[in-house]
Amino acid sequence: MPRQAVVSAVAVFAALALTWGAAAEIASQDVIFADDGSIAQSLSGQAGDAEQGARIYADKSSGNCVACHAIADRTDAEFQGTIGPALDGAGDRWAVAQLRGIVADAKQTFPESMMPSLYKTSGYVRPGDGFTGKSGTEPLPTLLSAQQIEDVVAYLATLKE
Amino acid sequence: MLTQIRLSGLAMACLMSLPAMAQTAPDATDPIIINDGELQLETVASTPEHLEGVLPELYSGWLFRDSETQAMQTDDFENPGMIFVDQGIDDWNMVDGNAGKSCASCHEGIESMKGVRASMPRVNGDGQLWSMEDYINDCRVERMQAEALDWNGDRMKNMTAAISVQSRGMPMDVAIDGPARPFWEQGKDMYYTRYGQLELACANCHEDHYGDWIRADHLSQGHTNGFPVYRLKQAALVSQHNRFRGCIRDTRAETFPMGSDEFRALELYVASRGNGLPVEGVSVRH
Ligand code: HEC
Ligand code: HEC
Repeated sequence: MPRQAVVSAVAVFAALALTWGAAAEIASQDVIFADDGSIAQSLSGQAGDAEQGARIYADKSSGNCVACHAIADRTDAEFQGTIGPALDGAGDRWAVAQLRGIVADAKQTFPESMMPSLYKTSGYVRPGDGFTGKSGTEPLPTLLSAQQIEDVVAYLATLKE
Repeated sequence: MLTQIRLSGLAMACLMSLPAMAQTAPDATDPIIINDGELQLETVASTPEHLEGVLPELYSGWLFRDSETQAMQTDDFENPGMIFVDQGIDDWNMVDGNAGKSCASCHEGIESMKGVRASMPRVNGDGQLWSMEDYINDCRVERMQAEALDWNGDRMKNMTAAISVQSRGMPMDVAIDGPARPFWEQGKDMYYTRYGQLELACANCHEDHYGDWIRADHLSQGHTNGFPVYRLKQAALVSQHNRFRGCIRDTRAETFPMGSDEFRALELYVASRGNGLPVEGVSVRH
């Protein structure tokens, strides 16, 4: 095969992979929640990375789940919150699809929940520009990306008692 | 099989769909004993009528602070806010503006301000809701012909601190009926509005979850009877509107300006939630 053909075949393949990647990610406004608040499909089209999810869970500037939740073996997180239930055993209590629904938009599972919606971009009262106190313009960036949600969900699924 | 899983999932969801609430009473409710007993401030008060069924009791924010921070408020020499009270008193006695007057020229000793803090904010003769800052600036501009002070500037905070201390120990008692009612309703709406991208209302934190920890912060009922407070983190006095601004900003929302009508209304409503708690200003917070 001439060298050029190989190069262009690779290019086509790469372009295809990109399109597939893009098509597979479900945008915030296209997410379909089942009646019970669960989401069947991966939001990123990829599997989640539990190790990465464990980091995002405790990271103040991304997941910051520790602000409200505690997990017994997370001694690495200096302060753990008590607003939400402890998440030990969350992977026993909930199926993956339900965990995904809770992390993406907990209010679909628990109406009126205090838990923020992490994959939502509009419909806010006085939306801000991050923590600046200034006004932000909807659609706002989601608090976590599709892949970050998948990672956190993968982590939660490992929490068994 | 599938329906069964679905059903049990639903049952679970229903079970858990009552908003998770945890109003946790503080371990102890000792009074704040200041200067070895010179003054004793109760830290618990019974719920005002308008909050019956909402809060079982009112608790001072002091109860939710660590013991070191608490201790600083029990001795006026240890309380870093008291320096600013002294500065405010100096300003009270200082002639300023084209009329050649000081506050003392009209009001005499600052003790004459006793009771003022407990009833602020209040509707004035023209039907506007005014905070203490507005009354101070009205005197300065109209009677002293001096420039208005910045809402959140040091001189204003010192002055509100000096005036607040005169009411220490008096129960908070803001009027919420008559002309105050529409402002109070506006403030109440704000208190229950879930602002910002985090969609959190004042009530989520200070009504449903006082006593809980939000990361390293121990949530209180969010009362204002200690304001202006001295905040160790900022090493400065903090005004009520600045505190409101911080709490709203932390919900990833567009906040309201200090000195805005919205914050005056919120100030009235929040003050009314503390009706019955003694004025503590100047409190110490971390
Ligand atoms: C501001 C508070 C808050 C934050 C931040 C928060 N949650 Fe929650 N979460 C709650 C509350 C409250 C509930 C209980 C549901 C309800 O509202 O009734 C809950 C419920 C849950 C549940 C189901 C609980 C169970 O064990 O049955 C999971 C799982 C969960 N959260 C995961 C997370 C993850 C992951 C994050 C971060 C990406 C997060 N939460 C961030 C408040 C919060
Ligand atoms: C995400 C949680 C959260 C929300 C929402 C929130 N606050 Fe706060 N607030 C805090 C924390 C944390 C503190 C510091 C600890 C304490 O005193 O409760 C605080 C402190 C305060 C204080 C000082 C209390 C004291 O004794 O010094 C006041 C007053 C207050 N908040 C009022 C409000 C009002 C009014 C709103 C709504 C506009 C609001 N807060 C919304 C978390 C919150």
